[in-house]
Amino acid sequence: MRHLRPMVRKEFIQMRRDRLTLAIMVAIPVVQLLLFGYAIQTDVRHIPTVVFDDSQTPESRDLIAAFENTGNFAIVARLLSRAAVDDAIARGTAQAGIVIPHDYPQALANGRTAPVQVIVDAEDPLSSQSALAAAAGVGEVENLSLLSAAAGRRVLPVDVRVRPRYNPGLRSAVFIVPGLVGVILTLTLVLVTAMAIVRERERGTLEQLIVTPITRTELMVGKITPYVAVGLVQMTTVLFLGRLVFAVPLTGSLMLLYGVTLIFIVASLSFGLFISTLVKTQAQAIQASFFFVLPNILLSGFMFPRAAMPFAARAIGLLLPLTYFLKVLRGILLKGVGLGALWPDVAALAAFGGLLMFLAVRRFHKTLD
Amino acid sequence: MTAPAAPGRGAAVVTRDLRRTFGPLVAVAHLSLEIASGEVFGLLGPNGSGKTTTIRMLCGLIEPTSGTAEVAGIEVTRAPEQVRDRIGYMSQRFGLYEDLTVAENLDFYGEVYGLRGAAQTVRSGEVVRFLGLGNRLEQLTGQLSGGWQQRVALGCALLHRPTVLFLDEPTAGVDPAARRSFWSAIRDIAASGTTVIVTTHYMDEAERCGRLGMMSGGHLIALGTPEEVARQVGGGSLEDAFIRLQERDEP
Repeated sequence: MRHLRPMVRKEFIQMRRDRLTLAIMVAIPVVQLLLFGYAIQTDVRHIPTVVFDDSQTPESRDLIAAFENTGNFAIVARLLSRAAVDDAIARGTAQAGIVIPHDYPQALANGRTAPVQVIVDAEDPLSSQSALAAAAGVGEVENLSLLSAAAGRRVLPVDVRVRPRYNPGLRSAVFIVPGLVGVILTLTLVLVTAMAIVRERERGTLEQLIVTPITRTELMVGKITPYVAVGLVQMTTVLFLGRLVFAVPLTGSLMLLYGVTLIFIVASLSFGLFISTLVKTQAQAIQASFFFVLPNILLSGFMFPRAAMPFAARAIGLLLPLTYFLKVLRGILLKGVGLGALWPDVAALAAFGGLLMFLAVRRFHKTLD
Repeated sequence: MTAPAAPGRGAAVVTRDLRRTFGPLVAVAHLSLEIASGEVFGLLGPNGSGKTTTIRMLCGLIEPTSGTAEVAGIEVTRAPEQVRDRIGYMSQRFGLYEDLTVAENLDFYGEVYGLRGAAQTVRSGEVVRFLGLGNRLEQLTGQLSGGWQQRVALGCALLHRPTVLFLDEPTAGVDPAARRSFWSAIRDIAASGTTVIVTTHYMDEAERCGRLGMMSGGHLIALGTPEEVARQVGGGSLEDAFIRLQERDEP
């Protein structure tokens, strides 16, 4: 490894001179964090809702208030016909409509069932989910209070108390931000090293380099070393801002977190190098990287739960280092667990890193053909 | 300035039946050649005649399809890595890092060739003085003119005192004054005992070589001093011979 030092130093100098790339690599974590943290909310609140209250009684107004109080429904208009409600939803001015029949209080008083309709625009299953759940919830709460009043009871027979642990506020950012560390590292590091070898090939510098006594391992390791530092800076940025802006907790060991991240960074960089030995031009390197990054975002469990995926998708997810790294990130940051619980994932990451580095070095030959 | 081939011991390069094909194309066909230590040997020929492929095989950059090549006493085809310390190479296309300064390129290649500490400083200083790079050290290599870039590339290829120096069209696209001073440097390098193998298609440069091998369509068609080569190819001047070849090879 005696030629490693000049190689690393050269890469650092080149990285420093390439201001644009460096700026992008620092800017990406910041922009992504703010985008994902603020914009991506999987729990949909304040759905624009229209109401057609055909009974106009204190009872019906109580019911509408109950809907509003869930926080999921924001009443934007009171309409005068059922057709107007359908029209508002069809046009998209409202995503939910509440229809209360004219005999609502009479039905309640006479012990009949009062049919209240809630129409939800379920085009997007994710955003309609909370509306559907909240609407059902309002119905149950109303029923319970009416029934227990009728039965003369002041307390409920069963009380199920749910304790949401590790993210008690059920805030999206708490779930998304730790995962974002892994996604950003994958995105930027694979791309930047995928271009590494092929760029030297395109510029004609590789030809001059491979007639020297430098070994292919020294060349590869030298190429990725500066980006290990970049990766650690990126992670620190995301965690720091995540803490500052979104109050994302850091429960577990910081040492362990950095240690495992280092393994993941090496795995990502090695994969990039591997791509670099497969492609002929920088443009191909970019395409190949995106081809790899997309399944990482979709199948790793970053946003979409792996438990809900069909077998094939889950199996592909198991081939992505990010899948394991996400478990480690969330485990350490949110649950505060240590190596005792996480070692299978850490071992998988180490295996990926070693294998990918081996493959990259194997694929690279110090010749021009 | 006639330098007969010194066969056997002391040969810097010996090839036997060296052959390389790219698919159906025969780039180099059965090249057998001996170049003595200390020679300035020129490979002359039109584009596509196999000069660059020959040099790349001798440097271990591409593998021959068949045949053997020995460079500085090491069989390149069998142990390409062992020959790296003993050869210097300047590729046809400028191959240094344009985003590094001249000094940074010299430092990088010096260290990659195993120079360290005081030895490196001394040797770098020698090369910088020899090629007159003193005023350019802090400039980005990419901002230099073609002539200066070639001098820096030559410097990087010389740092480790190679036994054999390969120069693939080192003066392509360089102005005449820079070419002349480049060749005076080559003469000095050869005088110090280094074998220089250079490809060119400039006639004035070919005439400066001790011996020439003229290539056409992958074959070595003439070998000897510039005068001998001119005679072998069909009388008249070297330039006449070259142009006739070029018209035949590049219709």
